[in-house]
Amino acid sequence: MITQFLAASQPVPAGPVVQWGWLTITVANLLVILLMVVVFVLALLLPFPAPREDEDQ
Amino acid sequence: MSGPSTSLRSEPTEPQSRHAHDTWTAALTRWVEGLVPRGQWLPDRQPVYVASWIYVFGVACLASLVVIIVSGLVLSLGGVAWWHVSTLGHFVNSVHLWSVELFFATMVIHLWGKFFMASWRGNRGLTWATGALAFFGSLGTAFTGYLIQTNFDAQWISTQAKDGLNAAGIGAWFNVMDLGQMMLWHVSLLPLVVGAIVVVHIVLVRRRGVAPPIGATEPSPPGAAAAAGAAPTESPATLATRSGVKS
Repeated sequence: MITQFLAASQPVPAGPVVQWGWLTITVANLLVILLMVVVFVLALLLPFPAPREDEDQ
Repeated sequence: MSGPSTSLRSEPTEPQSRHAHDTWTAALTRWVEGLVPRGQWLPDRQPVYVASWIYVFGVACLASLVVIIVSGLVLSLGGVAWWHVSTLGHFVNSVHLWSVELFFATMVIHLWGKFFMASWRGNRGLTWATGALAFFGSLGTAFTGYLIQTNFDAQWISTQAKDGLNAAGIGAWFNVMDLGQMMLWHVSLLPLVVGAIVVVHIVLVRRRGVAPPIGATEPSPPGAAAAAGAAPTESPATLATRSGVKS
């Protein structure tokens, strides 16, 4: 248990950041935002699956 | 023995003036029943334009919220330090974290979709406003969640946030360095507020129907015909996705 407490008490490094002028953002957050934009565009473009024919009955 | 009899059942055909003498429970019952008329809650058919992935993110956000609440309840039973010392606690904490990530991602994509669709059209301003309130309430709930992690991350966030909150003059009432107070905000007060706003948001969506894409023909409100006692009618725009997508 003590080992687990010690492991939990270790600081987590913030990770790399990118900077454009006034904007500073971590790479992780930037990737998440870009992924959300990709999902948004795909949601607009991908066709929605049609129901199976037997559901017409 | 033969006093005035009281009817335990409400009679739907009695005139409206009789409602003034009803008990508050009967009035409340009528209000709840009229909140979302039959045919508008959990409809089995939707307009054709709902057959699009962009209409999925609202309910995906709602599903994430359910996982958040369930995993949060389990976490709170274990206590703030449980996830540090238990494998199961760590797993439940991870489920809680990732469902929050999914909740915010789907909520923001839902927001983008509704913004570019101008979803406040058609008397849906209150639906849009309650969605915005739910978003800001969720931000506060997530913030207090970060504060009660009981690790260095939480310590760093709280010591940074206290300066801003003190500068705003609310640090004495909203003390981010008080773990117990932040626990109360996170597991009780804010979830109740966000939950209530989400319920109102969903009721409004069900009552007014989902917002149509710009340029699409909007069908009559779902269940309007049934609520009026008439047989449901189907215009080409109302034909449902349940029985196939029709263009």
